[in-house]
Amino acid sequence: MKKKRLIPIVLLRNGWVVQSKGFHEYKNLGNPFMSVKRLSEWASDELIYLDITRDGEYDLRRDDLRDPNRHDILEIIEDVSKMACMPITFGGRIRTIQDIEKRLFRGADKISINTQALREPSFITNAAKEFGAQCIVVSIDAKLENGKYIVMAEGGKVPTKYEASEWAKIVENYGAGEILINSIDRDGKKSGFEIPLLCSVADAVHIPVIGCGGAGAWEHFGEVFDETRVDAVAAANIFQHVDQSVHLAKKYLYDHNYPVRPPEFFEVS
Amino acid sequence: MTTNVCILDYGSGNVRSVYNMMSQIVSQVTISNAAQDVRSATHLILPGVGAFGASMEKIQKKLPLKVLKEEIFTKKKPFLGICVGMQVLAETGHEFGEHKGLGWIEGTVRKLNSGNLPLPHMGWNEVTIQKQSPILKRFPHNPDFYFVHSYVFEVKHDKDIVGTTLYHENFCSVLFRGNIFGVQFHPEKSQKVGKILLENFIHI
Repeated sequence: MKKKRLIPIVLLRNGWVVQSKGFHEYKNLGNPFMSVKRLSEWASDELIYLDITRDGEYDLRRDDLRDPNRHDILEIIEDVSKMACMPITFGGRIRTIQDIEKRLFRGADKISINTQALREPSFITNAAKEFGAQCIVVSIDAKLENGKYIVMAEGGKVPTKYEASEWAKIVENYGAGEILINSIDRDGKKSGFEIPLLCSVADAVHIPVIGCGGAGAWEHFGEVFDETRVDAVAAANIFQHVDQSVHLAKKYLYDHNYPVRPPEFFEVS
Repeated sequence: MTTNVCILDYGSGNVRSVYNMMSQIVSQVTISNAAQDVRSATHLILPGVGAFGASMEKIQKKLPLKVLKEEIFTKKKPFLGICVGMQVLAETGHEFGEHKGLGWIEGTVRKLNSGNLPLPHMGWNEVTIQKQSPILKRFPHNPDFYFVHSYVFEVKHDKDIVGTTLYHENFCSVLFRGNIFGVQFHPEKSQKVGKILLENFIHI
């Protein structure tokens, strides 16, 4: 049987792994390599790395350690990919076909686009034609406004004319291979996923949908699988905070008969 | 003879990850399309992501096919095709028009019938071992591998199919004939079981 996927999201800001709350508060959590090592060892199903740097500066502040400093997202991608024997999606600040090509060449399996898809929807088609739809994830940030889930642009700040399910259909038609739907209202709240939002998007399209935003307990993942058709759930904060988080989440779901991979550890050399 | 793996380089996206996992298993791994590297290799891997036609075009253009065929069919070197690298073994492919494949294994590549399930088929799914083969040793019962594809290889002869996977329909996920192996999933992305599969391959 096909398994539902559990996907940790690692947020990178200026080369640091950060925790986000409501898309505007950030807390530094450490360097990207330690987090990928842990998440690999806990046998995550996939990883998503989102670069939310605004000014283009990368500094791991690791002069004290033997690892070289990484100022370049491409070098971060290369190092992270070497460590993870699982699919990795990289997103953030992708504007051109060359941006995608460079990331795939350095070891990304998929790339996620958000702003550029809104600015120029045909970019999705061009990217899918060039690299295959399977590696083009369109990320959608949605916010509840007057009873409607409105797609937000520019890092969640600017409302667009689209409802989430409507935009999801459009990006599917333009050739996206997968959708990552994120609830801005639930970001960092730990109160559970925005189920109606996930339902509306997953029911609108035929491509796989990853639901995100609001995970605060393992049961929240189960709720999503019970109540929506999404293929995968993603979370950032909860997977960074708890030791062996992914393993424990899987164990909970596996023990409660959800279709997930058996909880195991994976040795990373 | 020391194991020497050559990952055939024709510009496919996933060479780097196959290389990363392979180099955890053996010390001599090259990514190359040079005839002398194909000749000196003990094991050959054809990776692949993307569309059938585009991949075939690049394979025809960039790989030394005459040498490759000699090494596989005369010298019987173990060969592993991954994802589209397995699909191109077919006679024809029907992704974005009809395209000719390498024709090493009889059959055609066509769209996966996923019914109401999402397409691409993306994520971890079980491989049911239909028959024993050297590449499917040492596995737990029906292991989960990582898949990402929308097309499947409809293999003509059942005897070539050693593993199948169910996603609305049953399709061939592992094929085996003599020294030729093919997997529809990505062992290089499949953590522990992927590593076991690649270890099995290099021990052939």
